[in-house]
Amino acid sequence: MLQTEQLTYRIDKRTLVNSVSMRARAGELLAIVGPNGAGKSTLLRLCAGELKPASGQVSWGGQPLWAHSASELARLRGFLHQQNTLAFPFRVDELVLMGRYPHHGAHPSSADYAIAEDALRMVDMSAFASRIVTTLSGGEQQRVQLARILAQLWDVNEGLLLLDEPTTGLDLLHQHQLLDIARQMARRGYTVVAVLHDLNMAAQYADRLLLLRSGRVEALGAPRDVLTETLVERVFNVPVQILDNPRTHSPMVVVGRV
Amino acid sequence: MLTQTPPAPTIPRSAGLLPVPRRNWLLPALVAGLIVTIVLSVGVGAVAIAPVDVLRILAGRLGFDTDVNETKTVILTTIRLPRVCLGILVGSGLAVAGAAMQGLFRNPLADPGLIGISSGASLAAVLMIVLEVTLFQKLAGLAGYYALSLVAFAGACGTTLLVYRLARVAGRSVVTTMLLAGIAINALAGALTGLLTYLATDDQLRTITFWALGSLGGASWTTVLVLLPFMAVVLIGMPRLAKSLNLLALGESQAAMLGVNLTRLKRQVIILATLAVGTSVAVAGVIGFVGLVIPHLIRLVAGSDHRHVLTGSALGGAIVLTAADALSRTIVAPAELPIGIVTALIGTPVFIWMLIRQRNLG
Repeated sequence: MLQTEQLTYRIDKRTLVNSVSMRARAGELLAIVGPNGAGKSTLLRLCAGELKPASGQVSWGGQPLWAHSASELARLRGFLHQQNTLAFPFRVDELVLMGRYPHHGAHPSSADYAIAEDALRMVDMSAFASRIVTTLSGGEQQRVQLARILAQLWDVNEGLLLLDEPTTGLDLLHQHQLLDIARQMARRGYTVVAVLHDLNMAAQYADRLLLLRSGRVEALGAPRDVLTETLVERVFNVPVQILDNPRTHSPMVVVGRV
Repeated sequence: MLTQTPPAPTIPRSAGLLPVPRRNWLLPALVAGLIVTIVLSVGVGAVAIAPVDVLRILAGRLGFDTDVNETKTVILTTIRLPRVCLGILVGSGLAVAGAAMQGLFRNPLADPGLIGISSGASLAAVLMIVLEVTLFQKLAGLAGYYALSLVAFAGACGTTLLVYRLARVAGRSVVTTMLLAGIAINALAGALTGLLTYLATDDQLRTITFWALGSLGGASWTTVLVLLPFMAVVLIGMPRLAKSLNLLALGESQAAMLGVNLTRLKRQVIILATLAVGTSVAVAGVIGFVGLVIPHLIRLVAGSDHRHVLTGSALGGAIVLTAADALSRTIVAPAELPIGIVTALIGTPVFIWMLIRQRNLG
């Protein structure tokens, strides 16, 4: 379980995250939504321990994040960045196996290989195992990076999966496939927190939504409770209508005249 | 072979897809290549020694009863062998330092020369030669033959420390700032070396050339034994950082997510690289291109995994420098060409070929 208490982060006297208290439970997919500059990615990076808060704290499993060692966190917390760089032309299998580094010594065991293989299959990239990552398309690279993070968390009992706008650059099929994987991981008992731009996809896949504006929590709850016409209009400053998704019965946001 | 059914999450089982078969022939080939290079290069020179004789002399040294020419034995064991050993140590040290620097800076064009280690070392040496400072003369009295080497090593450490300090912003070292600081240091050291060259006498110019272009001519068993412990630390220590360097290729943030202690990793790589390059310059002067080109060539064959790149570079660097030294002392015999000229003449076309190849690959 991931928890933040009165979490505040400032840079140059600008407050990007302002006393955010929230809780993401094991087994749920929590989506962070909000307009540009609301502090969504900053909040996620605070949760990952990549940034140090000015005040307040992040805790995991009832203990503050700093009380966990770096190697312990490396085995249970995976963070998919929006943009990934790769300095050298590694092969796909080499990249995915890097997710297993915190689990093994100098060389991977056969179980590590099997996990990397399963992770690649899960993101539908097994056929690319011996390709050079940098020769793949952006969306394919993103899926390989996801496979690396899945491999990192594959055999832990309760892991923390953080996704920063994971669907960027993916086609329609793979956007849905990615969020489906995120939900599957949540059902396995992981705590999954994703920053998402598309409110409709967030509503369709997430168990709960955290709506941020100017670094503050505007609403936190089930999609149907958060995505109301008044709230979305106020936060995003655009007239909307909320419809019912005929297939999933999740709320569907339709934008009116801008 | 592949099944499309979703796997059971907690029971790992391999469908035989991974590990992807890799080219395992590289390391054995490099080891064999090194042995051949050693046997051939101890054989060439004013007195030629056939490979058979080389093996017989070595066997004789090991206590076997062999019948070989006494002169050849002396030449081999007191002149040629220490020189080849020095070439192996310097070559492997420079190449490993280069490979690790490229990993640290996440830039395949990085090189120990780039952040000023080599130029700082040679500047210190040249400064001592030209100014003939009294302190240096006292030092020369104390440490004798090794004084200049010690000064060069101190110069290497000093420069690295300066670049590292300059690049520390808010307690973290920023890689781009470090590269830029290195460029500035290089320019400054180059200008100062130029100025000193201008002031130097003819005798001093000869000695300066040694530092600027490199030579294994100073080799003896003593220099080999002085260098050995330092290089041993580098050659054992650096491959232990291979996994962390792989993760660093994902970017600093992702590397930290996977448990890499960035501050410690940077410090370790820089200390080991300075050790390798500083001691190399101290005994053999500035030898360029080995640290840049060898890791590239190894990556072309072995891929990007530092576990293969680092050991491969060590062997490749040893082969190339030993061969280059054999070339440098035979090409204009009885005179000797500075080895830095040979490595640059061979290295530059190879490097340009790699650049063109990379561009064509897109």
